[in-house]
Parts: sequence; C-alpha cells; structure tokens
Amino acid sequence: MTSVLLVAERDDQGDISQSTLQAVTAARGLADVQVTAVITGDADGFASSLAVDKVVTISAVESGDVGIYDQVTADVAALISSTSPDVVILSKSDFGSIVGARVAFRVDAAFASDCIEISNADGSVTVTRPVYGGSALAEFGIASSPVIVTLRAGAFEPSSDTGSPEPEVQGFDSGVTAERLVTVTDTIAEVREGVRLEDADFVVSGGRGLGGPEPFSVLTDLANVLGGAVGASRAACDAGWIDHSHQVGLTGKSVSPDVYIAVGISGASQHMAGCSSSRAIVAINKDGDSNIFKEARFGVVGDWEKVLPSFFAAVRDLKA
Amino acid sequence: MVNGFDLNAVEAGLQLRDAGADVEITVLSVGSDFIMDAMKKPLAMGADRLVLVDDSGLDRIDSAVTVKVLAAAIEKDGPFDLILGGRQASDWDQAHVMLGLAEILGLPLVSVVQKLELDGDSVALQRVIPDGYQVITAPVPSVLTITNELGEPRYPNLRGIMQASRKKPEIFSLADLGLSSDDLAPKLELKKLYVPESNRQVELIEGEDEADSGKKLALRLREEKLI
Repeated sequence: MTSVLLVAERDDQGDISQSTLQAVTAARGLADVQVTAVITGDADGFASSLAVDKVVTISAVESGDVGIYDQVTADVAALISSTSPDVVILSKSDFGSIVGARVAFRVDAAFASDCIEISNADGSVTVTRPVYGGSALAEFGIASSPVIVTLRAGAFEPSSDTGSPEPEVQGFDSGVTAERLVTVTDTIAEVREGVRLEDADFVVSGGRGLGGPEPFSVLTDLANVLGGAVGASRAACDAGWIDHSHQVGLTGKSVSPDVYIAVGISGASQHMAGCSSSRAIVAINKDGDSNIFKEARFGVVGDWEKVLPSFFAAVRDLKA
Repeated sequence: MVNGFDLNAVEAGLQLRDAGADVEITVLSVGSDFIMDAMKKPLAMGADRLVLVDDSGLDRIDSAVTVKVLAAAIEKDGPFDLILGGRQASDWDQAHVMLGLAEILGLPLVSVVQKLELDGDSVALQRVIPDGYQVITAPVPSVLTITNELGEPRYPNLRGIMQASRKKPEIFSLADLGLSSDDLAPKLELKKLYVPESNRQVELIEGEDEADSGKKLALRLREEKLI
C-alpha cells in the first residue's frame, strides 16, 4: 500500500483550491493508495467534497504570514514525522512550493518539484518533471521515503468525485509554535483591471516582436473582447513595454487558459514553461521557423501588424 | 551570495553598497571544473570575493546536495549578514535552493524580493505578491531570494574587469568542509532523461494575404469552439 499525505490549499475565498482538487486526482491515480488530506483551519463544509480517506486539520495560516508559512511548515513536518507517509503531495503554487521545500529540508526527505506525472505502477514511486525550461523530461525514482512532490498546475484534471463515504476528520496539534521573525508592515495593492492572469480562460500575450509598448493596447482590447487577460514574454517586460506582473514563463507566472494567443513571441523554452499547459496555443509570428510553431495548435506566419487587426475585427464580430 | 550565475542577487548586493551601506560582497558557488572567466563576472560587476567549493565529487549533484554543500560553506566561511540568491536556478528549474538553505541554517527567509534597504540590525524589503507587494522588515541575518523586478544586473566596466582579473578565487574542497561522498548521495535517482515528443502539430492558416489570414484564423478558432 502507498500512503499519501496531501497538503490541501485554500483559494482566496477559503474554499479548497482547484490545484488541490488536481492533486486529489494525482493521488487517486496511484495503485492501492490511502490518501490523507491535511488542511489549515477547520474542515467544516468541505470534507465531504474531498475524495480522500481521511482529513487532518492543523492550525490556520495566520493573517500577516509573509508567505513563508512558518506554522504550516512546523505542523506538516511534525505530522510527517508522526505518520510516516510514503508520498507527500502539494501543488506547485506559492504556498505549495514554499511549504514543500521547507518541509523536505526540515525532515531531510527527497523533494521533487513541478512534477507532471506520478506513478507507483511497478511497486516503487516514480515522478516525472520538465527540466531545462521544459525542453526535456526527467523521470526519477525515489531512493528513500518519504518523497515530497509538488505538482505543476494543470497537469491533472481537478477531481470531481465527492468524498463518499465522507472522510473521517481529525485535528492535529504539533505542539510547536513557530517564532515570527519577519513582519509585514504594509501591503501595497497595485491597481489591476480585469481578469487575473492566472485564472483567465483566454490570454493574449506579446513579445519582443511587437517592437514597443504601444501594441499592448491592441492586445488589451483583444483580451477585453475575449474576457481574458494580457500576458507578455520576459523580453517585453524587461524592455519596459509592460509591467512585470504580466510576465509569463519560468520566472513569471504559469498560466493554463483554454486559448493562449502568442503575438510576436518566439517561444523560448523559458517562456513555454509558463504556458505549455494551455489547451490551445495560437501563434502569430513572422518567423515560420520560430519555436512557438512547434508548440502551437494554430498559427499564422506573418507580420502581426497586418494579421492582428483583421483577426481582432473578426473576433469582435463573432463575439458580438 | 550563492549560485554564481545569479546576477540579480549580485546586483542586489551592489545596490546596498550604492545606497551607502558598508558591505563586503562574497560570491559563493559549488561545482567542479569552473569556467573562471564566467565565474569572475560578479567580481567584475563589483563583488569583493569569490569562494568556490570545487571538487570532482560535485560533478553531478542534485539541488538537495547543493544546498547541503552551500550551507556547509556558509558556516565555514561566514558569518554573513545577508544570504542572497536568485529566484530560480537557471538550468534545472529548482527554485528551492534558497528555501533549503534557510531551513538548514535556521535563518528566516523572504522570497521574491524586488527592493532591499539595510537599516541597522534589520533589512527593509519589498516582496512581490500577485497583486502588488508587501513591505517587510526582516532581521539580519536572513536569507533572501531576489527577483528580476529588482532591475537589470549592471554591466562590468573596464576598471571592474581589470580588478577582477587580478583577484583569485578562494577554493574549498569537500574535505575542507568536513563533507564526504556519503553526504552527497542523492535522494532522487534519475532514471530517464528524454525529449518529449510534441503531439501538437501546428495547423498554419493561410489566406490570400496576411489580413485575410488573420480573419481566417478567427473563423477557424470559432469552428473549433475555442472562441
């Protein structure tokens, strides 16, 4: 039997996040598996919607946590020490990446981040993750248990199973109070219009080929018509054409929209790492040999200045 | 300062100095067969020291082992007031080296820092969050990961390059750090490394001219119920 501890995560509303439901699918895909979910705060209301065998609650993330989750790290590490799971699964979100890495080093466990596959088909656990900016995949065996795994967003479908029979809920007190050494004195919100990039069903993204900041207003109009958000390559952000908060890629945001429209983006692997889990990539680029066409499902080889206006007009008509 | 390739972290250290702080910047990296010209770039930018853990045993190590070696080197060569690193290693996409260092050294950590300012025994930081940033006070010493929002790493000037060429790296072996090959055993075993076959075949839309292609692209996406 393989025992899995799944570290659940809440979304902004306090509900179970989509990425956690994806992690449930990943865990349930293992053979002969026993899944325990650990959740911060109380599990009222949603234990019954988690298709796991058991739910353990730990203390809630305190407000004012600076995103390093000292208390969660301490609690999860203690839970691992007391229950010895074979596999610990988290999402590769900010929360999951940080808690996962900290816990792994604290309990001296193997750590595999950003995985897209997990299997125990041949009796031992293996994980697969993209390396070299997504241009290759590496499959790893685990030399010692437990292994701490974070999953790439969108690599698994969210579980729609209900927790039936309803999982048993149990509280866990690690007896550890994490010392708060870092304090947040202020939070500055930057004005953001429209849909969050990470949640958008449509992303219209621009790169170096746009040649300047002005074309981003056209991309913004297109994104608005589609009800989506605007993304950008690192080159465009570094050039100052658009704010870094729009950056998609290895050092930016990971997006997985239904449609990712890449305009004037060559598709370097570092960029593709942030958008390759999109359902369909649509490329407009004048260089037919650029990498983006290897990843795209639809494309036009041509000058965006000529292609985009008619594309935009046609989209607007279709959406009217 | 760790991970010699991470010039954002070097830039962050230099910005502290530009702001008037009396800082000594040490660049630390682990590996084997270093290409010295590349390793000296941070010195040319203005860093003071280059410390390398250079050992043939470090030829092929995973990031968890890298963390152990870095931590041992920091404990041997330190103490340091701030330990700065990049947001992500550039080759294997492992963002957790700095988190691991903070755990092993038992120091507080602040990630995705876009601005930093030394203030006596503490450091004032801006940490990027999805919708803006947090203003944070962290104690010294702390571990910080620096994001590219901090600004482009500066180019070395001629004087910097000349000074760097005269500096010699200080080199530790694993034995110097009290580590043996047993400490380097990886917890993950690489079984297979392969290039995924892309199952995506691009369908190129060609119209009578480029404008027509744009229109046909929209119609094709509608046909596929994508828009």
